[in-house]
Amino acid sequence: MPDKKPIDRDSMSNTLLVAVSLSLVCSVFVASAAVVLKPVQERNQELYRQRIILEVAGLMHKDADVAALFANIESEQVALTDGSSAEVYRVITDGRLEQVILPISGAGLWSTMYGYLSVAPDGNTIKGIRFYEHGETPGLGDQIDKPDWRAAWAGKHIYAVDREPQIEVVRGFADSSSTASLYQVDGLAGATLTGNGVTRLVRRWTGTDGFGPFLASIAVTEDDET
Amino acid sequence: MSDARSVLIDPLIDNNPVTLQMLGICSALAVTTALLPALLMCVALTSVAALSCAAISAIRHRIPNNIRIIVQMTIIASLVILTDQLLRAYAFETSKQLSVFVGLIITNCIILGRAEAFAMKNPVGLSFLDGLGNGLGYSLILIAVATLRELFGAGTLLGYPVFDLTQNGGWYEANGLMLLPPSAFFIIGLLIWAIRSLRTQQVENADYQIHEVHRTDVY
Repeated sequence: MPDKKPIDRDSMSNTLLVAVSLSLVCSVFVASAAVVLKPVQERNQELYRQRIILEVAGLMHKDADVAALFANIESEQVALTDGSSAEVYRVITDGRLEQVILPISGAGLWSTMYGYLSVAPDGNTIKGIRFYEHGETPGLGDQIDKPDWRAAWAGKHIYAVDREPQIEVVRGFADSSSTASLYQVDGLAGATLTGNGVTRLVRRWTGTDGFGPFLASIAVTEDDET
Repeated sequence: MSDARSVLIDPLIDNNPVTLQMLGICSALAVTTALLPALLMCVALTSVAALSCAAISAIRHRIPNNIRIIVQMTIIASLVILTDQLLRAYAFETSKQLSVFVGLIITNCIILGRAEAFAMKNPVGLSFLDGLGNGLGYSLILIAVATLRELFGAGTLLGYPVFDLTQNGGWYEANGLMLLPPSAFFIIGLLIWAIRSLRTQQVENADYQIHEVHRTDVY
């Protein structure tokens, strides 16, 4: 900086000059970093999303090549009742449909939670669930990421007799002696409201406005084949 | 030259920001459950500390007194955002584990403390070394705590198994407490105890001395 003889650094003009030029320099600096790094970050996000899908499908193992594994998964657009469409994934092994993976999202306690639900070809049995983005309370709501809680979903049924989703996250523990426990997942201590959010969003996405009709359709085609 | 040396070396043990000045404890508790995120945090904090001290020192003769804290915070915040963006681009998985704690480097007392206490009064080179030294002092503690916690809490180091866990048929029963925040408190406490036993000049004088006073002594 070219120093003129005495700078009164506490003068109004110097204060304004420093404040304005510092803001300018820092904002250009921060903004250009964000712009330059954006493509790399987006690629990471995409790889992460694919990995989550593979994890929900139970295909992911350590050091696996995500892109190569993902090549075995077919994606398709499913039309929803509100006119929009959503991308679902079919996992096909040796020509047989193993599972379908549905994107789910909805409000938790603090945040919108984004994740995937994997359903067996009968269109009813859950195989896995995984949220990949949420802002739930660390230590409480974020227990939805815990492997043992996610494992508790496997084998649960979404529907009972009609196509109305019955699946729910209960408060406390599901009574395993009752028949209702087939549709109940143990709640998480301290995370009742997050659990309620999970119940609402899973029911919404497996209901008639969500993937309900799609799940019914794959169940029918499976029946025809057997 | 010995000046520069002491500025760099002193914060490692003799004037450690965590164990002597008790700064930066919050993130030391939060990011030390495993070694890898702790290492990443060390790199992030050390580079922010060194660069922000250098930058603040470079313009120290122009910074008006009444807005100096805001100026320091603006520089620190810009560097933290840059670091956060870089981590998201090149260390995506680990940066997810660090979640908010990279952003919270902005409020880390070590950095603002060094900026205000040292960089505002010293030349650029020395300030850079001072920031670097303090960052490394913080890193030393973080690495020690994270190593103990990951080793005894999960039986691994950097994710590689070291102890055979009982759940896999081995001999080591993982200590779940080590993965919870209180264990970091215990470990940091024990570290402070160990350091002060070896370097007795770090022991603080007692605020009050209890001794017998006869009531007539008061008069």
